[in-house]
Amino acid sequence: MGHGITVIDRLWRDHLVADLGHGRALLHIDRIFLHERTGPAVLEGLVAAGRAPAHPAHVFGITDHTVPTLPGRSEATMSASARSFVTALRRSTRAAGVPLIDIDDARQGIVHVVAPEQGLVLPGMTLVCPDSHTGTVGGLGALAWGIGSTECEHAVATQTLVRVEAPRLQVRFDGMLPAGVSAKDMALALIARYGATGGSLNGQGCAIEFTGAAVRALPVEARLTLCNMAVEFGAWTALIAPDDTVFEWIEGRPHAPRGAAFDIALAHWRTLRSDDDAAWDATLTFDVSQLAPQVTWGTSPEHGDAVNACVPDPATQPDPGRRAAWEGALHYMGLQPGAALQGTPIDAAFIGSCTNARLSDLREAARLLRGRKVAAGVVAIVVPGSMPVRAAAEAEGLHRVFLDAGFEWRLSGCSLCFYSGGDSFGFADGSNRRVISSTNRNFEGRQGPGVRTHIASPATVAASAVAGCIADPRVMGLGDGHG
Amino acid sequence: MKAVNRIEGVAAPLLRDNVDTDVIIPSREITSPARDGYGAKLFSPWRYSAPGGPENADFVLNQPPYRQASILIAGANFGCGSSREMAVWALAQFGIRCVIAAGFGAIFRDNCIRNGLLPLVLPATKVAALAAAATLQPAGWCVDLTTCTVHEPGGSTHPFNFDAHDRAQLLAGLDAIDLTWQHRSAIEAFEAADRQRRPWIWAAPDPSEALPTKEVP
Repeated sequence: MGHGITVIDRLWRDHLVADLGHGRALLHIDRIFLHERTGPAVLEGLVAAGRAPAHPAHVFGITDHTVPTLPGRSEATMSASARSFVTALRRSTRAAGVPLIDIDDARQGIVHVVAPEQGLVLPGMTLVCPDSHTGTVGGLGALAWGIGSTECEHAVATQTLVRVEAPRLQVRFDGMLPAGVSAKDMALALIARYGATGGSLNGQGCAIEFTGAAVRALPVEARLTLCNMAVEFGAWTALIAPDDTVFEWIEGRPHAPRGAAFDIALAHWRTLRSDDDAAWDATLTFDVSQLAPQVTWGTSPEHGDAVNACVPDPATQPDPGRRAAWEGALHYMGLQPGAALQGTPIDAAFIGSCTNARLSDLREAARLLRGRKVAAGVVAIVVPGSMPVRAAAEAEGLHRVFLDAGFEWRLSGCSLCFYSGGDSFGFADGSNRRVISSTNRNFEGRQGPGVRTHIASPATVAASAVAGCIADPRVMGLGDGHG
Repeated sequence: MKAVNRIEGVAAPLLRDNVDTDVIIPSREITSPARDGYGAKLFSPWRYSAPGGPENADFVLNQPPYRQASILIAGANFGCGSSREMAVWALAQFGIRCVIAAGFGAIFRDNCIRNGLLPLVLPATKVAALAAAATLQPAGWCVDLTTCTVHEPGGSTHPFNFDAHDRAQLLAGLDAIDLTWQHRSAIEAFEAADRQRRPWIWAAPDPSEALPTKEVP
């Protein structure tokens, strides 16, 4: 075994304020993001305790979780609960001197889309947010993770957090992704193979570095998708060591360093990689060369398979606990063991979320939708990841493709990733409708009481919207507009 | 924070794996920034036959004596999914003060510690045995953090491991932020050195790019 260290160790050391013994460290947190559903609790908690933010300029508020996405949104169209959260965030950020991207800001969107695109996340940063998908920005080589509101008070008050060292897990994706298959499918296949706790060791969430040729080949937005799903894998966080793909993507963004300052930062960023002889607590490998588009069939992200596979039979599951879970999942999802996943009729298709609503995701979906129509009776909705993504998509005419196909083209927010009482598919209560969605969770009731969620890539969602049932995007080709 | 040392009372079995925080407290139940009112909403998709509807007689926490449970015995990966701390608040406000499981979602576990709710990990086979025992004898359980022991009503005892630092903090009711402020000089030293080492982290934002601080609402 060599004496090399991992990129995670490098970031840990870069941020080490104090070694507290027994693997525990006080780490400096470079940036903290707050959204309206938990931000007020964080800032008001500090005030109640007579505390203040250590560095308000390093804390950012954003409105995303509960804001309506129907065009023409305003104070009047917000749900009562959205209004209470947004009002509270406005009040508390103003009192604390924390910048806020509000609903009417041209930069508004989902926090894990906005932070990278505004250059607010840089390689080598530590970053936290009271949202479980914060690890998304690990795709830029940041060490970022989700926390609760009380933990976030600690981060805002002291600009530090106490962490116990996490096990280091290398997940290497080898080979070349086939056409029509994407980072979302890589993530779903990984979780299907190793389970919802595959990213943890001895009950502890791992720090994952995604490596391998298939990862190096991913553009930045796809890297964000891959890291986004690591929390569904039971990981503490995930990252991808930054490289020229990332450095070029970052350069020129509004809050990125400029000129000589950029060069100084770049020199440091280039050191943020794992040594070839670094010691890992575990390594998983996955060859993507034969990977098929994935779709979930159950009520955990681990309940997934290739889109051209069949619903599994719980009777074949040797573990009794897992068998019971599969039976419960199939009952909730209204699926029969052995049935083909393809051809399962759907009632709605949703493209959105911090997982898959960036420009490349919209382009991919539009490629399949060009010249085609959403099947009759299917509700189809696109919620771009941010207002800048939306504007860029419109500049390319993508909105016309979605609208002509029969998709709603909405404003930005977390929207239907989860049902918060605001945005809705319009299903009647108890109707158990089926949705295919580019989001990250298919838990029971996630998208509404009784709603049956299938998670997939934007391409698979688009293909399914046209087919009116779960469909393989590869069969549809790459948008030749025929068949 | 209030100190935690012993939890006594009824233990309720809920032996399902991967119980996520969406089912513990659905987003539709998180309707305002207020921190209270979550006890009635705990597990609402399972406790009530429909949103706002009557109780499900089948659900364990709707059944006496489990309605008074202070200990929950759960499956693996309990509290996975969303980071919502309301999941812990809902359990605590219902009256649960300890969850025993084969494993926890990482963020959920940390949220438990922050709120003085004990997340105990035991091997799956042991947890299953305890759940079976709670089905037969719901009352008279004790979880003792001072001795790291679970006491069954019948007298059997089971030791558990618990992070030493978290345990000390819970037993003494220490505030995490106050503890960190003991390292104030180390924090200041780090920041001073870091400004030289990584100036791009500390650079003041260009005023033309600065994000707005909200004016009068």
